[in-house]
Amino acid sequence: MSLLTVSGSPHVHDKDNVTRIMRIVILAMLPAFLMSAWMFGMGAVKVFAVSIAACILFEWLIQKFLLKGKSTIGDYSAIVTGMLLAFNVPSNLPIWILIIGALIAIGIGKMSFGGLGKNPFNPALVGRVFLLISWPVQMTSWPKPLGIASPLTDVITGPTPLGILKESGNVVDAMGNPAMPDYVQMFTGQMAGSVGEISAIALLIGVAILLLTRVITWHIPVSMILGAVLFSGALWMVDPTMFVDPIFHLLTGGMLLGAFFMATDMVSSPMTKWGMLIFGFMIGVLTILIRTFGAYPEGVSFAILIMNAFVPLLNKIKPKRFGEEVKNG
Amino acid sequence: MLKTFKLGGVHPAENKLSEHKAIEAIEAPEKIYVPLGQNLGAPSVAIVQKGDKLKTGQLIAKGEAFISASLHSPVSGTVEKIDTHVDASGYRRDTIIINREGDEWEEGIDLSKDLIKEITASSEEIIEKVKACGIVGLGGATFPTHVKLMIPKDKKAEYLIINAVECEPYLTADHQLMLEKGDEILVGVQILMKAIKVDKAIIGIENNKPDAIEHMNKVASNFAGITIQGLKVKYPQGAEKQLIKACVNREVPSGKLPIEVGCVVQNVGTAFAVYEAVQKNKPLIERIVSVTGKNISKPSNFQARVGTPISLLLEKAGGMPEDTGKIINGGPMMGKAINSIDIPVTKGCSGILLMDKKEALRATEYNCVRCGRCTTVCPMGLEPFLLGLAGENLNWEIAEKENIMDCIECGSCQFTCPSGRPLLDNIRLGKYKVGQIIRNRKN
Repeated sequence: MSLLTVSGSPHVHDKDNVTRIMRIVILAMLPAFLMSAWMFGMGAVKVFAVSIAACILFEWLIQKFLLKGKSTIGDYSAIVTGMLLAFNVPSNLPIWILIIGALIAIGIGKMSFGGLGKNPFNPALVGRVFLLISWPVQMTSWPKPLGIASPLTDVITGPTPLGILKESGNVVDAMGNPAMPDYVQMFTGQMAGSVGEISAIALLIGVAILLLTRVITWHIPVSMILGAVLFSGALWMVDPTMFVDPIFHLLTGGMLLGAFFMATDMVSSPMTKWGMLIFGFMIGVLTILIRTFGAYPEGVSFAILIMNAFVPLLNKIKPKRFGEEVKNG
Repeated sequence: MLKTFKLGGVHPAENKLSEHKAIEAIEAPEKIYVPLGQNLGAPSVAIVQKGDKLKTGQLIAKGEAFISASLHSPVSGTVEKIDTHVDASGYRRDTIIINREGDEWEEGIDLSKDLIKEITASSEEIIEKVKACGIVGLGGATFPTHVKLMIPKDKKAEYLIINAVECEPYLTADHQLMLEKGDEILVGVQILMKAIKVDKAIIGIENNKPDAIEHMNKVASNFAGITIQGLKVKYPQGAEKQLIKACVNREVPSGKLPIEVGCVVQNVGTAFAVYEAVQKNKPLIERIVSVTGKNISKPSNFQARVGTPISLLLEKAGGMPEDTGKIINGGPMMGKAINSIDIPVTKGCSGILLMDKKEALRATEYNCVRCGRCTTVCPMGLEPFLLGLAGENLNWEIAEKENIMDCIECGSCQFTCPSGRPLLDNIRLGKYKVGQIIRNRKN
């Protein structure tokens, strides 16, 4: 008789695992990518392909020559980081800048902490914010969404709705400006912006996939949107001529991309329900704070990174234990 | 209305392959191995010697310590020797080895199938009888039943809760027992109610056994004070504290016993054994064992004498498949993997589960991705990732501070971990160490 395996219980395992989670996240991001390719043309496809390839390559190189461990690219997490980085840059970003972004995201954001699961900050956002601070001009010249036939070079650039708002500083003026898209255009993605952030409907399809497959729970997206809506809503109620309404905030910039795909990154978000709710809510509030009163037109990336830093503290919030405080009857 | 416990829980695939297979009595083999340590607590002390002639049901070892149980000869025959033999722990332990000769029962044991409903014994007599017959918890924990029935002077029991949840995947022994021995079980429940002086009993059954719920409901209408409570399917509902929460919505405080909230929990198989002990004077020498697994040609529910080698059960279930990679004594969530088919059936053996070589392997291990799912599924509201890490880093201070001793070892965390981390392995180590530290502090 051959040898029997002896190991501790449990002897069965759920079918879910890390690579399956990563594959579902990739699948969930595809609608937003397709929408972006439709709007920005080959530029978006190019950014997408380069970002993914560079992230995989850097992870493989660092793992092989610096950490000298077994290759980890098989867990698909580098692809997810690459996709998220591509989602967060304009589609006409020079390739060399994008490659530096991938190096920072993977090298500093992820591998310097020990790879998947060890990073305190969202790697793609680390890369994105590095690029935003280092090359602010290239990172904020947005191509106009001209459709699938957009030229690869010499694209016409235009400001994002948030940029228009920041520049004019006043909603009434901005609303009179024909450059500002209406809400239907914003919802479907017919506006300038980063590769992955423009289409609310594509992102909603993505988050539906994530929620239905239980890769993420509702806590972070809902609380983040709630935080943003409540805070921007309060400002708007105080003075509708000074501040824009919450729907505008929801549909523009990286709000939904951040709420669905960035803040929900399991590695850099809290572990318990209450931690997640506070985490999400504060990202929403911080985003509106930066958008409304800060120097940058957009604040989702900063807000998420700031709250990432609070995660160890939020993890001190313990779940309620069974039999801890007893109210029987 | 179906009830369940609130906090955590998982839904492993049920795979009840031996469901509705009639209980089949297996004739005892020529040689029987009765390990002395079959119950939780102190091992029994042998009172027979090599060469002694035995009758079926004769006392062969006494439970002398407070938490211990007596053992009876499962067959008639001669004591070959008292030696060591491998048991479910994987180690060689003291065992009484008996050569069977026929099946001649001890006098005074009622072997008829007649149902005796009238309970004449008093509370004290019942507990005495349960002790004398060596009854232990048959759900798998094997805690001596008579000890559980002795309610401390300053406490009062309100509810008897009968665990018929059978939340472990694959296992069907309790299910089949309810279908075939419903009346006997309910008389057993009434005996237990009398023993702990309560007038309310609740039998908790998960609704993946609708026929058992229906059958027990029908039978229970003839008995006063017994309610059948259907439960939503969720693992680990068969854990004592979770079952109490589900049935009567009371939380046993951390570190305390069920009697703290007025409950006594007994397994449904135990209720049947109590019926046989008190009404029929029959000691616990046999039990129902599910023999199951995806590659087993004939998944079965066997009634086997204690001491029957598992190899015989496998033979009766169609033989051991070629590519067997793991044999589990119990269910897949909490059972123990065993290293030999020579080990005997003991009082706590609720099932034998075979897995092929592929199933026997654990999930691929990745770094913890901090998804927090272990925390979500923990029925005790603990943070398994933290406890696992404390175990890995041998940090017993943190382990104790994070209430590692509350862990019921249900395995939900490790089952659900997408990174396939050996959480429970590390938590068990931590529990062992922290338990030692706490005991040393007391001394």
